[in-house]
Amino acid sequence: MLTLKCPYCGVDADETDLHAGGEAHLTREGPGASDDAFEDYLFMRENPKGVHFERWRHAYGCGKWFLAARCTTTLQVFGTYPAQTLEPPQDIKDAISAQRPGWSWGNFK
Amino acid sequence: MSNAVSALNGKIAPGEVTISEAGLRGMITLRGDLAFSKLKSICTGLTGVDFPTNGQANCVGEKGLCWMSPDEVLILLPYAEVDAALDTIAKGMKKKHHLAENVSDARALITVEGAFSREVIAKLAPVDLHPEAFQPGDFRRSHIGQVAAAFWMRDADTIEVICFRSVADYAFDLLAMSAKAGPVGLFD
Repeated sequence: MLTLKCPYCGVDADETDLHAGGEAHLTREGPGASDDAFEDYLFMRENPKGVHFERWRHAYGCGKWFLAARCTTTLQVFGTYPAQTLEPPQDIKDAISAQRPGWSWGNFK
Repeated sequence: MSNAVSALNGKIAPGEVTISEAGLRGMITLRGDLAFSKLKSICTGLTGVDFPTNGQANCVGEKGLCWMSPDEVLILLPYAEVDAALDTIAKGMKKKHHLAENVSDARALITVEGAFSREVIAKLAPVDLHPEAFQPGDFRRSHIGQVAAAFWMRDADTIEVICFRSVADYAFDLLAMSAKAGPVGLFD
């Protein structure tokens, strides 16, 4: 069972309290974007075996969206952070580096 | 005016842990900037309790304030005082972005009272209710069984549960069944 700490409530929320929202840190291509970029935005997703960044919503709690960094193979959670950010905060990156040296995900490493 | 009745009209399931529907209670959902001092003073003025910090509830008698999310607070009042309270909020928060809504009739309030009331909830919700983790004053929004619910401890032996009115019957039966099944000894 996956347990994530909601960065707004500060409580450990069980998976059944949460709603999964897919990949985090997507670039939302708008009307001016090229067809290729828009296709990437709509359909192309990371599907890593290991470090992954996801959106989650504390649906039964405060109702807020937040982001989580976790490992898809071991379910280890590296940390959660508010959604109002364009890339993972340094402390999250450091926590991942400590456990998975040399990790990379999209443009982050 | 029509005669207002609560969801289960004061239904009681007596036992070692007694489950009772608390009857009519005024509830106002207030959304806005919780750091705004005027909002805080209005809330504390209406209820006479301190403004809660994150994840806390301050309740005395029928009045109280519950922290619902970073931009939402639940104001508990006697049922008859809600309309006046909404006027007070509207006047005090004039020109400030906010939302205040009377949700008294959209919710049900159920009281769980007895020696192992903590376990009655612990069996139903994915929440750590160990005495070291959950104490009077703590407030948690989660779910019990299949339905959304929020709960807090009024004192060491009493837990108050809020759920939607439409599922009050289910929530009551669920709590009554959990109480009837007896203690598990989780926290002994």
